[in-house]
Amino acid sequence: MESTTAPVKPQFSEAAKAEIDRICKQYPEERRKSAMLPVLHIAQAEFGGWVAPEVQDLVAEVLGVKPIEVYEVSTFYTMFNLKPVGKHVLEICRTGPCQLRGSDELTLELERITGAKVGGEPSADGLFTLKEVECLAACGFAPVVQVREKYYEQLDTEESVNAMLSELRNMVHRPALPWEEKGLPNAVANN
Amino acid sequence: MGRKLLTEHINVEGIDTFEVYRKHGGYRSVEKALKTMTPDEVVEEVKKSGLRGRGGAGFPTGMKWSFLAKPEGVPRYLVCNADESEPGTFKDRQLMSKLPHLLIEGMITSSYALGANTSYIYIRGELLYVLRILEKAIAEAYAAGFLGKNILGSGYDLDLYVHPGGGAYICGEETALLESLEGKRGNPRNKPPFPAVQGLYARPTVVNNVESIAAVPVIVNDGGDEYAKIGVGRSTGTKLISACGHLNKPGIYEIELGVPVEEFIYSDEYCGGIWKGRDLKAVVAGGSSVPILPKELILKTAAGEPRLMTYESLSDGGFVTGTMLGSGGFIAMDETTCIVRNTWNFSRFYHHESCGQCSPCREGTGWLEKILHRIEHGHGTERDIDVLASVAKQIEGNTICPLGEAAAWPVSAAIRHFRDEFEWHIRNPQEATRPGAVYPGKAVLV
Ligand SMILES: Cc1cc2nc3c(=O)[nH]c(=O)nc-3n(C[C@H](O)[C@H](O)[C@H](O)COP(=O)(O)O)c2cc1C
Ligand code: SF4
Ligand code: FES
Repeated sequence: MESTTAPVKPQFSEAAKAEIDRICKQYPEERRKSAMLPVLHIAQAEFGGWVAPEVQDLVAEVLGVKPIEVYEVSTFYTMFNLKPVGKHVLEICRTGPCQLRGSDELTLELERITGAKVGGEPSADGLFTLKEVECLAACGFAPVVQVREKYYEQLDTEESVNAMLSELRNMVHRPALPWEEKGLPNAVANN
Repeated sequence: MGRKLLTEHINVEGIDTFEVYRKHGGYRSVEKALKTMTPDEVVEEVKKSGLRGRGGAGFPTGMKWSFLAKPEGVPRYLVCNADESEPGTFKDRQLMSKLPHLLIEGMITSSYALGANTSYIYIRGELLYVLRILEKAIAEAYAAGFLGKNILGSGYDLDLYVHPGGGAYICGEETALLESLEGKRGNPRNKPPFPAVQGLYARPTVVNNVESIAAVPVIVNDGGDEYAKIGVGRSTGTKLISACGHLNKPGIYEIELGVPVEEFIYSDEYCGGIWKGRDLKAVVAGGSSVPILPKELILKTAAGEPRLMTYESLSDGGFVTGTMLGSGGFIAMDETTCIVRNTWNFSRFYHHESCGQCSPCREGTGWLEKILHRIEHGHGTERDIDVLASVAKQIEGNTICPLGEAAAWPVSAAIRHFRDEFEWHIRNPQEATRPGAVYPGKAVLV
């Protein structure tokens, strides 16, 4: 039977709303648009690690700007994922200093172990998305992978790579974000 | 052992808390400035110190501050550039995460000097965990009365906020940073007007690097003249060098400007030599955008003098036989490094990070990447090297912001010093593309 209910419009959790209010106060009243990037980060964290078009529309609504102003920004900055992602997005640094210390080999190794392809769909188990990024400002501890707010460094041995992957595999919930300290909103508890 | 002005207490347990930081002399510069000095006197000390911007260009900080327009009744801003995305550079991240209060203290003292009542730290989005460390420290500083209204009863008010980026190297360029802070794409603005006249929200604004601002408390505490005694000539004070690549001990070192490059690479106090007992081949001394130099030219100038870690000594010989101190991102490459591959990697970076506003940069960086990719993968032609050099030349000077040059210089320099290696790739594709292949010849020293 065809569904008769309209698609559910995404809504920020109360905790996220409070955080957005706090952030908007950091800029002059008439410059609310300044909160664009911080609010997009919150949106991405709230809604499964990516910003769907309707999530971007919600951001536009919250900031009082036109949706196009959000699309312009979300497509410019590489941290915002515009497609669904796996539970963990592994951002592998591929820039010079990391390449000198083996990032190409690390990328191949991660593709082999997870079965996901860089820049492609998440791994079959839905756990990992692999993404190559440019310098993460950790060049002296190369090669480096960033997963959400955590840096995994010196991934030049089998042990270090396995330790990272098993830590991620064993994570039932993602760590709570500061504004969610009172408990995860239902919408993201399983991300 | 060199003196440590910024990082002296970096390993003290709990130094990221207000209490411990304060116990080690923290926030003295705020008390001294707000209670005993006028804003202009603070600017004067910074001028005397000879401090030069640590974000890359090395422009004198005191002079930059004195350019700030000060119309009556109009707010002005101090914005800290914590975007840190220059490949090879990772000092600001370390400084902020370990010594958040040092940056905050610097922001307060500097904002007072500039007459800013609202200041922002623009931090690259990848460093959200550092943003949380800074926000916690800022909350502590508010609670202790060092931020907010009427700081220490001086009548001076300051609000300080941290703002995350979204992953875009170009947002390190100061006008792109301001656009981004206004919630837009990070497209650099045409200059003039300069930020000192029309910056954030079209208000007068100073943009300074994290390390520049972190040096201000030291300068205010000890006096500009004391600071200027450290270093050599116009390269005063200490500098954080982030060392990476094929070194035994990569990491962040605070050096007194003037340490010989050879000592920096080989002594145990610093990088401890080249890993695996190999020989050094080349160095990119100031972040990926500065010209690469072969071993012989990074250790000694063309005149045979020892090269020093100073703005002047590193740039001795201009771009023909010299390079730049830049942001202090020191990338060492051992004898097995493929220069073509490395140059291609950097070109891919600049192509990826070009904001796309100007065609010489948008298209030119793409061509550089494409041609270098072709040579690296064994499909280069004899003409390619000259085409590369000419594309690089045509980007230079024809763009809105310096990212164009930053993309072109590494290519021109690699061709200048390692032309034989490019030719070898083109003439011996099968041999050059064998996994682990190493060019058997030597660099050209002109
Ligand atoms: C493409 C590009 C990227 C830059 N990235 C940074 C950066 O990450 N951090 C920084 O402090 N300065 C960066 N700069 C330099 C800034 O534009 C500006 O000169 C600097 O922040 C001024 O601070 P200072 O005077 O304290 O060095 C960059 C410049 C360009 C052209
Ligand atoms: S030089 Fe490149 S990065 Fe700079 S404004 Fe032009 S296109 Fe953008
Ligand atoms: S090159 Fe990988 S962190 Fe800088």
